[in-house]
Amino acid sequence: MINKYPLWKYLLLAVVLLAGVLFALPNMYGDHPAVQISPRTGDVTPELQAQIAETLAAGGIENVTFRSESDRLMALFADGEAQGKAQGLIDLEHGGGNTTALNLVPATPDWLRKFAEPMNLGLDLRGGVHFLMEVDMETAINSAEEKYVDQFRTIMRTNEIRFRSPSYGEKGVTVRFANAESRDKALGIFKYEFQDLEFATEEDGKEFFIHATMSQIAKDTERKSTLQQNIITLRNRVNELGVAEPIIQQQGKERIVVQLPGVQDPAQAKEILGATATLEYRMVHGTYNDWSDAQTSGRVPPNAKLYKNREDGGPVLLQRKVIVTGDQIKDASSGIDTNSGSPAVFISLDGPGAKRMQEVSSNNIGNPMAVVFIENRTVTKKIDGELVKQKERIEEVINIATIRDVLSHRFQTTGLETSEARNLSLLLRAGALKAPVEIVEERTVGPTLGQQNIDRGKLSVMIGLAMVLAFMAFYYRVFGIVADLALVANLVLIVAALSAIPGATLTLPGIAGIVLTVGMAVDANVLIFERIREELRNGSAIQAAINSGYEKAFVTIADANVTTLIAAVVLFVFGTGPIKGFAITLSIGIVTSMFTAIFGTRALVNWLYGGKRELKALPI
Amino acid sequence: MARTQEQINSRFNVMGLRRPAMFLSLGLIAIAIIALAVRGLNFGIDFTGGYVIEAGFEQPADLPALRTKLAENGFDDAVVQYFGTQSEALVRLAPQEGLTGAELNSDVQRVLDDAGQGPVDMRRVEFVGPQVGEELREQGGLAVLIALGFIVVYVWLRFEKKFSVGAVAALVHDVIITLGIFAVTQIEFDLSVLAAILAVIGYSLNDTIVVFDRIRENFRNVRQKTTEQIMNVSINQTLSRTIITSFTTLLVLLALFFIGGETIRSFSIALIIGVVVGTYSSIYVASTAVLGLGLTREDMMPVVKEGEVSELDEIP
Repeated sequence: MINKYPLWKYLLLAVVLLAGVLFALPNMYGDHPAVQISPRTGDVTPELQAQIAETLAAGGIENVTFRSESDRLMALFADGEAQGKAQGLIDLEHGGGNTTALNLVPATPDWLRKFAEPMNLGLDLRGGVHFLMEVDMETAINSAEEKYVDQFRTIMRTNEIRFRSPSYGEKGVTVRFANAESRDKALGIFKYEFQDLEFATEEDGKEFFIHATMSQIAKDTERKSTLQQNIITLRNRVNELGVAEPIIQQQGKERIVVQLPGVQDPAQAKEILGATATLEYRMVHGTYNDWSDAQTSGRVPPNAKLYKNREDGGPVLLQRKVIVTGDQIKDASSGIDTNSGSPAVFISLDGPGAKRMQEVSSNNIGNPMAVVFIENRTVTKKIDGELVKQKERIEEVINIATIRDVLSHRFQTTGLETSEARNLSLLLRAGALKAPVEIVEERTVGPTLGQQNIDRGKLSVMIGLAMVLAFMAFYYRVFGIVADLALVANLVLIVAALSAIPGATLTLPGIAGIVLTVGMAVDANVLIFERIREELRNGSAIQAAINSGYEKAFVTIADANVTTLIAAVVLFVFGTGPIKGFAITLSIGIVTSMFTAIFGTRALVNWLYGGKRELKALPI
Repeated sequence: MARTQEQINSRFNVMGLRRPAMFLSLGLIAIAIIALAVRGLNFGIDFTGGYVIEAGFEQPADLPALRTKLAENGFDDAVVQYFGTQSEALVRLAPQEGLTGAELNSDVQRVLDDAGQGPVDMRRVEFVGPQVGEELREQGGLAVLIALGFIVVYVWLRFEKKFSVGAVAALVHDVIITLGIFAVTQIEFDLSVLAAILAVIGYSLNDTIVVFDRIRENFRNVRQKTTEQIMNVSINQTLSRTIITSFTTLLVLLALFFIGGETIRSFSIALIIGVVVGTYSSIYVASTAVLGLGLTREDMMPVVKEGEVSELDEIP
């Protein structure tokens, strides 16, 4: 029969709408202030929860509920005041083995939480910091190439080839030889041993050279691994900072996006994220007289390196060979040295590092060992009246002490200020960045503005919706009300889709996209209704008019929506951040509006008017 | 029924006005291009790089005092203006080598705090490096071109070559005029405005497609009329729909403009302009262009049976 839908179509509609309501529902509840506790190692245990409950009870904080997830525990509080106090208490009592962060946890009832979560809000709505960091790949490649200097030296010694001091410069790693014979022998061995390198030879009459650079493929691999390594390090550092729900991801080939919701002080976050500080342990070379000689004459012994002492700025000669580097530090914490009362960093080494430290220290009891603090900084200098950014590598000796005992896994280092010791221990724990990063984009939104954006966004959706609903009901009467129901259902479905699609985030432009969808979604109904009116004017019977109105309008609606979808998809692919949010809501809105405005209204119209022969006129 | 369908079909002689409309469009485009060439767009920091700091005060802010204070502290290129209300100020700075947003943020906050106007709430800080700005600009232009490219292909496949030229002519018309209005008014052009321009492309095309769809349908059903007459009938038949949809869209955009807040004001302005211009262009520009290209009934053959959801029917 004309204008009758089979039962299954109504059931389908009911199921979709029900699912929509279910997925949209969590957004109706507010948030609970919470403290998020993540153990540094392992998973959350029931004991941890019991201990924290005890701590909080002892501190006079009541009405705490816990939610345990595998790697973190959420303690939910009634208000922000209790939340702040609780974080202090937990940090004090359990800060050693756990990191804490302030978070907001959806106040969705338990039964609902099993299937649905509220939508993610972008930083422009919840407040926080967004960084776009560019990894300095040039430095990464340079330091990867520079590592071959030592390897070349070792391999030529074992093969008893005579060479002159390999060095690293613009042409890559350069080794000099006195004759072509040695050079060609070395080249053969190098080519066999180092397949990642490309070699070039050169001679100037007196000397013969080999220049080695990394091949394009090796460079690409190095870039990729540098980026991945930096992402891991940044993630560790963010975890150390105690930020809830951070986002750290790759963007393009050499950039990393870091989003820290709720962080209001970008300065501290930036200091930690961009820092490259690390330590190195080396034996001291010679005595004070050798040091000043080396500085005044500029002649540094071949197996030594000249450093600056942080305390007095004076020269220090250290062995070229490193005992342990920051990479071998497994764990670090800061505190106070009990003997001197000065700030200290307590270091734990990994297996190979500890073994080497033990070897060196047992052979050197009574000799001085130095700790070098290394940091890459970007400093601004005025050159010829123009401000120029320069990368500087700062290497300072922060401590020289005589080895009294054999050192192994654990020991301490002094010579830093309190805040430096704290930051350094955090950085050592999180691992070093493989290459320096530079912040090329930064956006901070305060919590006031975020809330204001949410409120204003909601209000514009409501008012826009109310006006469109009123207009449609006025202009198309009963059919207008049918379209209104479809429009409201569409809004519910958009919210549901945003909540259900993983990774979809609502931003302020996203809200604008919803508003725009509200205005445009009625277009399908306008097309259909105008067509029905037209059919009626042309003298069609009522049932035939409804039917051909829907059928003829369908092609047009599909064509028109596909083109809008094209624009939305291009926007999604090219846009970043908030703009992507706009593209997402617009695309979702187009798809859901096709469903509600065509299928949904047809179902209602069929149910109301379908097959009724006695109908004299349509309220359209 | 107040009017019969026959009356509605020939209610307005739209195509008869196509010459004045063409002059109007060409005139507007000329003005827009001149404005773009002479004044250019007022690019926001998304595209130029630089800093924007939005600060909230407890009472109306004294802008001249803030400017003096900022200049005294080395920020002599700072542009300070009200943002939305008088108790909110927007501070803009050109990109400065060697200073990141965070450092600048604390510096500027200190200066504003010292300006003797009560506690300052730093609502928003944005820093975009000059290189990123340049990339965003290039990517944005590329996005518009790619969107247009895809649309040409889609319309070509679904309709006919002349239609796709007509549709793109209408879109280029809309984009140039919208950009032109931004150049004349010097309203800030940021990433969200670019997004709005792409939405306008989608929206305006939506309107155009509805008209084209009707023209195609009428070519198949109405045998006796000239191309011009068929276009006139088609535009009249879709006119009420075009106006109603534009009206409801404008309703919500006005809500967004008045309530949505300062941050998305230029976004809603771009969309409002785009919807108005897009509505006009889908009535006049698109069809006029197709007619100008000499569309004939033969271009629309072979005929697919009416009412079918036809698949890619006219591949020329």
